[in-house]
Amino acid sequence: MKEETEKQAREKETVIIINNLEKHFGSLEVLKDVSMKLYKGENLVVLGKSGTGKSVLIKCIVRLLDADAGTIDIDGVEINSIRAKELDNARAKIGFLFQSGALYDSMTVRENLAFPLKRIKKEMTEEQIDLKIKETLENVGLPEVIDKMPSELSGGMRKRVSLARTIIVDPSIMLYDEPTTGLDPVTSDEISGLINDIQKKYKTSSIIITHDIECVRSVANRIIMLHQGKVYMEGSLEDFEKSEDEMVQAFFKTKKNN
Amino acid sequence: MMKTIPITHLKKYAQKKTIDLSDETLSSKNKFVEIFSNIGDVGLFLWNVVKNTFSRGFEFNEFLKQCFQVGNKSLGLISITGVVIGLVLTIQSRPVLVDFGAVNMLPGMVAISIIREMGPVITALICAGKVGSGIGAELGSMRVTEQIDAMEVSSTNPIRFLIVPRVLATTLMIPLLALYADVLGIFGSWIASNIKGDVSFILFISQAFGDVDFMDFLPAVIKTFFFGAVIGLVGCYKGFNAGRGTESVGIAANSAVVMSSLLVIVVDLIAVQITDLL
Repeated sequence: MKEETEKQAREKETVIIINNLEKHFGSLEVLKDVSMKLYKGENLVVLGKSGTGKSVLIKCIVRLLDADAGTIDIDGVEINSIRAKELDNARAKIGFLFQSGALYDSMTVRENLAFPLKRIKKEMTEEQIDLKIKETLENVGLPEVIDKMPSELSGGMRKRVSLARTIIVDPSIMLYDEPTTGLDPVTSDEISGLINDIQKKYKTSSIIITHDIECVRSVANRIIMLHQGKVYMEGSLEDFEKSEDEMVQAFFKTKKNN
Repeated sequence: MMKTIPITHLKKYAQKKTIDLSDETLSSKNKFVEIFSNIGDVGLFLWNVVKNTFSRGFEFNEFLKQCFQVGNKSLGLISITGVVIGLVLTIQSRPVLVDFGAVNMLPGMVAISIIREMGPVITALICAGKVGSGIGAELGSMRVTEQIDAMEVSSTNPIRFLIVPRVLATTLMIPLLALYADVLGIFGSWIASNIKGDVSFILFISQAFGDVDFMDFLPAVIKTFFFGAVIGLVGCYKGFNAGRGTESVGIAANSAVVMSSLLVIVVDLIAVQITDLL
């Protein structure tokens, strides 16, 4: 049974392959020999306590941070060894939702959404851009905020607009950095729902960094747990919930009691 | 892209090669390494700015927006300061010149001191405070809230989009603001002269510019381009390299003002020495 599952997994198309990734900040070793794969169409949740290197891992994937050792292969392209132009092409396939939303606060919502479109989809006309912005805002349930400034939006709205800005360029890979942090449970559920909608509608492969167990339960197809910069455990949600491991149990039980 | 070698790797290598890399030795060398590391960072930043200024894909709209920002932000303050410089210089100098019977030299003397020194330097120092701190705080807050990272992920080079337009805008606008301050300074001087005695505007201007030649004017204008570049570069460098906490926004804005004001004075000193040799 296990062999068959492994065979199926091998047959799945890999989108990202990370091998022996290491990242240090001075004498602090954040990632130590991390290896993992992201398969096409799946939602992979990377779970772990704060400071275990989860955000550093996805920042290395888009090369906002340079890895010290190891390889990151995205659709057959080794991201650490390519030049700026090739890096731009690779990044065009990836949507990155930042923890803070990272909306440009000197621009309106319309300008925020137009910004990546004008740079990545250069062939689009002004009318097409405008139509795409309206359509994407409809998809995240916020068509009415199009001419507002980010400062006029609530935390949940900012997250949704940020999500809209990320998906507007039709990325095939999505990286979510703690998408539900700082949100109330209702808004968190809505964001988790949107992550699932995006997976289905845009057929994206996603890595979701979180320590919000409700979000994990809602979106995860597969889970990797990081501890002290290393892959501690890998499996399905069921594997994690049934696990006898003290650390995994503590994590899941604590969150359940909450 | 350059990769950092982690200290643990260096220590392992040093053990094999019996090199002294103990914590004590490292900490005593830290300051030394930090200074050179900072110089390297500044050099790399300057190189990136120069390279992106002359590469394709110039952000013209952003440049126009920044020109408007720089000019608009400082215009009111420069107007008031320009008039006040002229008034004060005239009020302070007039009694001495009257004592020597040289009051008709007043317009020329004030015009030369405003055009050669007071106008450019005071304008640059005001802009260092107003524009430099604004750029440092804006880019610092963009760094802290991950907006610069978001730009990079959207296949946008932040140096080309954020830094180059700001540096070029300050380089172009500060000379224009300095010329504007010169004009208002001379106007202020005429007002002060007119309060003390009846002098026609035409006569005052003809006396003022009768004593000014091209070599008073040219070096003063040239140095304001350097002042502008320094203010833009320092503000951008401090903001772009701000730390991750909110505190670093304040630090970036503050150090942008201090460093650019200091560099304006240093550039002025060098410019004066060069002009003196000519």
